[in-house]
Amino acid sequence: MKNEKDYIKDITEIRSMMERSSKFLFLSGLAGIIAGILALSGAFIAYKVFNFNPDRISYSSMEYGDLFASLMSVILLAIAVLILALGTAIILSYRKSYRRGEKLWNLTTKRLLASLAVPLITGGLLLLVLISNGLIGLVAPFTLIFYGLALFSAGNHTLAEVRILGIVEIGLGLISSYFVEYGLLIWALGFGVVHIVYGIYMHYKYDR
Amino acid sequence: MKISIEGLHKAFESRIRLGIMSALAVNDMLDFNSLKEYLDLTDGNLASHIKALEKEKFIGVEKSFVGKKPNTRYFMTKEGKKAFEDHLEALESFIKSRKKI
Repeated sequence: MKNEKDYIKDITEIRSMMERSSKFLFLSGLAGIIAGILALSGAFIAYKVFNFNPDRISYSSMEYGDLFASLMSVILLAIAVLILALGTAIILSYRKSYRRGEKLWNLTTKRLLASLAVPLITGGLLLLVLISNGLIGLVAPFTLIFYGLALFSAGNHTLAEVRILGIVEIGLGLISSYFVEYGLLIWALGFGVVHIVYGIYMHYKYDR
Repeated sequence: MKISIEGLHKAFESRIRLGIMSALAVNDMLDFNSLKEYLDLTDGNLASHIKALEKEKFIGVEKSFVGKKPNTRYFMTKEGKKAFEDHLEALESFIKSRKKI
């Protein structure tokens, strides 16, 4: 026979086990803030240093020559930003799991990555097709849309706020696919400002 | 103070068994190693609790092979689900009755 406190502890244990075994709980708000700052810096460099700010959807092969040089630099820049942001996220998630005495690489992590992978790989391949056809104006909107779709589908396997973040990114992507001339600006808003706001919110809600 | 509540199942008096059932309630299938990690138990300890739950027919086993490695996965049976839900309801009504006092 147990006493009252035991039953209350039972309930706490049930809740915690259900959550831990079905959701990835090592997301760090700080990683969101850093990713946002990196994205803003990247967008700023692309605009100021490489003069990259497409204002139309498609570019013919003649004009493409001019844009091509800066496009290559911008792609490298984007890859660098992505690696830094992902690296930060992995390190901070690892630190969080370590502090809780749990392994980072478990079933929920695998599920989270699998649900992210399908939209992200699809989007990545589509971006290559767009670039090779000179549809430069659609690159920024499509990164937002596919990133948003990935977050939305990953939301089932992690904290519920991620789904909302996904919807915001999809919305911004759709808006910027119509207003192509603001593509880079909205991209900076989506990957920069939105990440920072989300990161601060998550940090105060879960990490303190 | 000792209390007894109707509907609480004896099999769930152990918090480890309760943990196994909770994890299986939100996952269709879980393998031995995942359960071991979530509960932070040794092989032998987990195996004995699993056996007890199997005996009650609350969980089922599915054995298969991943390559050459045997892979044992567990799932909650209908009886297990019913018993676990009844147990939760009993806990809930217990907490509610305490609040009134």
